[in-house]
Amino acid sequence: MEKTNAKEVDPIVQSRLETLVAQHAQRPGAMLPILHEIQAEYGFIPPPAVAIVAYALNVSRAEVYGVITFYADFRTEPPGRAIIQVCRGEACQAKGGCELEEYAKRSLGIDFHQTTPDRAVTLEPVYCLGNCACSPSVRVGDEVFGRVDAAMFDELVAEAKVNTEPAAAAVDSALGARS
Amino acid sequence: MSVKVYVPCDTTAVSIGADRVAKRIAAQAAAAGRQITLVRNGSRGMFWLEPLVEVETEAGRIAYGPVTTGDIESLFAADFLHGGQHALRLGPTAEISYLKNQERLTFERVGVIDPLSLEDYQSHGGWVGLQNAMALSANEIVAEVKGSGLRGRGGAAFPTGIKWQTVLDTTADQKYIVCNADEGDSGTFADRMLMEGDPYCLIEGMVIAGLAVGATVGYIYLRSEYPRCWTTLSEAIRRCEAAGWLGENVAGSGRSFHLEVRLGAGAYICGEETALLESLEGKRGEVRAKPPLPAHVGLFGKPTVVNNVITLASVPLILARGGKYYHDFGQGRSRGTLTLQLSGNIQRPGLIEKAFGLTLRELLNDFGGGSASGRPLRAIQAGGPLGAYVPSHDFDLPLEYEAFAQRGAMIGHGGMVAFDDSVDMRRMARFAMEFCAEESCGKCTPCRIGSVRGVEVIDRIAQGQDREANLALLESLCDTMQHGSLCAMGGMTPFPVQSALQHFPEDFER
Repeated sequence: MEKTNAKEVDPIVQSRLETLVAQHAQRPGAMLPILHEIQAEYGFIPPPAVAIVAYALNVSRAEVYGVITFYADFRTEPPGRAIIQVCRGEACQAKGGCELEEYAKRSLGIDFHQTTPDRAVTLEPVYCLGNCACSPSVRVGDEVFGRVDAAMFDELVAEAKVNTEPAAAAVDSALGARS
Repeated sequence: MSVKVYVPCDTTAVSIGADRVAKRIAAQAAAAGRQITLVRNGSRGMFWLEPLVEVETEAGRIAYGPVTTGDIESLFAADFLHGGQHALRLGPTAEISYLKNQERLTFERVGVIDPLSLEDYQSHGGWVGLQNAMALSANEIVAEVKGSGLRGRGGAAFPTGIKWQTVLDTTADQKYIVCNADEGDSGTFADRMLMEGDPYCLIEGMVIAGLAVGATVGYIYLRSEYPRCWTTLSEAIRRCEAAGWLGENVAGSGRSFHLEVRLGAGAYICGEETALLESLEGKRGEVRAKPPLPAHVGLFGKPTVVNNVITLASVPLILARGGKYYHDFGQGRSRGTLTLQLSGNIQRPGLIEKAFGLTLRELLNDFGGGSASGRPLRAIQAGGPLGAYVPSHDFDLPLEYEAFAQRGAMIGHGGMVAFDDSVDMRRMARFAMEFCAEESCGKCTPCRIGSVRGVEVIDRIAQGQDREANLALLESLCDTMQHGSLCAMGGMTPFPVQSALQHFPEDFER
């Protein structure tokens, strides 16, 4: 069987993806660990990964794609350099979460699931961070922030813009692989 | 002599500055030439006092809080390392009424110990339950759990012992223990606190479950929204393997138990046990039709115990002190303790572990101290986003499974979210439908389509279009979803909607 259409894929990306997949392929129910591993490296699931994962797990590409699109975490497009999640849970709403959500969209000039034009920030909704006792909550990367108001949100955005590394070269080559 | 200083590493404590406080205390101590041992404990669950700093003194642990980095200098000046007077001094931690008035069984170590210290765990009663279990037959372990009256704390409240018995009685070459750590309900954080504050307790509970039903492999399915739990659990498992509490030969018993954490990927529905199993198998998290029950045909088609974090974490104590000890707490058919999580518009949010039977009013006033805004409380959403809104005239309801069920409400996983009188209940009803539309797995029509139509109907009501007809349509839609959905997602989304309609009709007339 033809693994994938090799001439369209950057061989470095291809080989790296195969290595990542091979690390987990033998585990029972390996699909999610594999996709997490790929996304941890690239920030999203590069299109060539679908065929490689499908081949390794002996499932159809449709099944892999079906899993990727089912879960909110997995993305098929590269995100901004920082991902900011604003909690929409009821406990946050009870403490001004809706207003914070509106402020986040307005101040960044984007809607949920969108990225600012400078590619600094991707804004996402999240349904509970388990930080309900100090709501409203926001997550930036792996850090959770409590009792966030508009001023603090601005600070978090400013920090995110400064702190995050420019998009990895790996992402560019993975993206290039699509054309 | 080195003084022990505790600063929580709990997500919520850190979300409001605990890491910065810990860093500053360490720096200040170094600058002052004071020897301290900084312990990053879990949270005591008194979140309005976080970051809560504790100091070990001859008179026990003394608490200070809420501490900000700006307070550190004055704390040192007040000699807080010896329990000195300070505006933030709260006295002995154990004497703070919020804690003192609880019955902490499952959470007895959370906030007390260093979460990853095996020595701390052992010296605070850890592994006693497992050691007792190893001396018992599988049936005897199950009998102890049955005798405790423990029911599933994830929300469904199914008797744990009966579930275990079913798996024990099913013959198979492989069985599994799966811990549901996909704590997705808004307003709940007990699982997170336990996993961050006492991870070995969960591990011990899972090993005991394995011995009880004959399972040798366990999985913790953890939601990806909990990055700290991931780090803590992964490290806890590594240390247990190294110390022989997990692996081929558990504590020298000749029995094996292997445990792994698996990360979810942002799907609320994977908190539903069959969707969770699908996800663990590497598929879309779509619910399965039941029967067959997971106890018969579960993970990879094998008999599987699926239990919530708190359920499993209650097991070590039951085996350590006996089922009867646990059963003596609580009332009616609700035995043991309930880990309540109070949040939203409330002065003193936190975790309250109490025997079943406390009333909502006692919870909200005596523990919670009323609303944070100072305005009257209008409603409580009990049991997560699929739970009913309880109006203030029902606050005398005792927190007990049956009493709640009789009122069309549920305790669920114990999350209680408070709203003051500024809440717009039509908007909350709309959100319930919107949330369902967002998180539905899509397998059954009432949930997938019904939730979308629900949002539209509520929008039409808001716009004043054919109000009576649309209200009737909404009722009918709720009825269809409740009775026609495959799982609790579609089946219970109507609860918040119907309770809003029933108790707050005025919000739908504007």
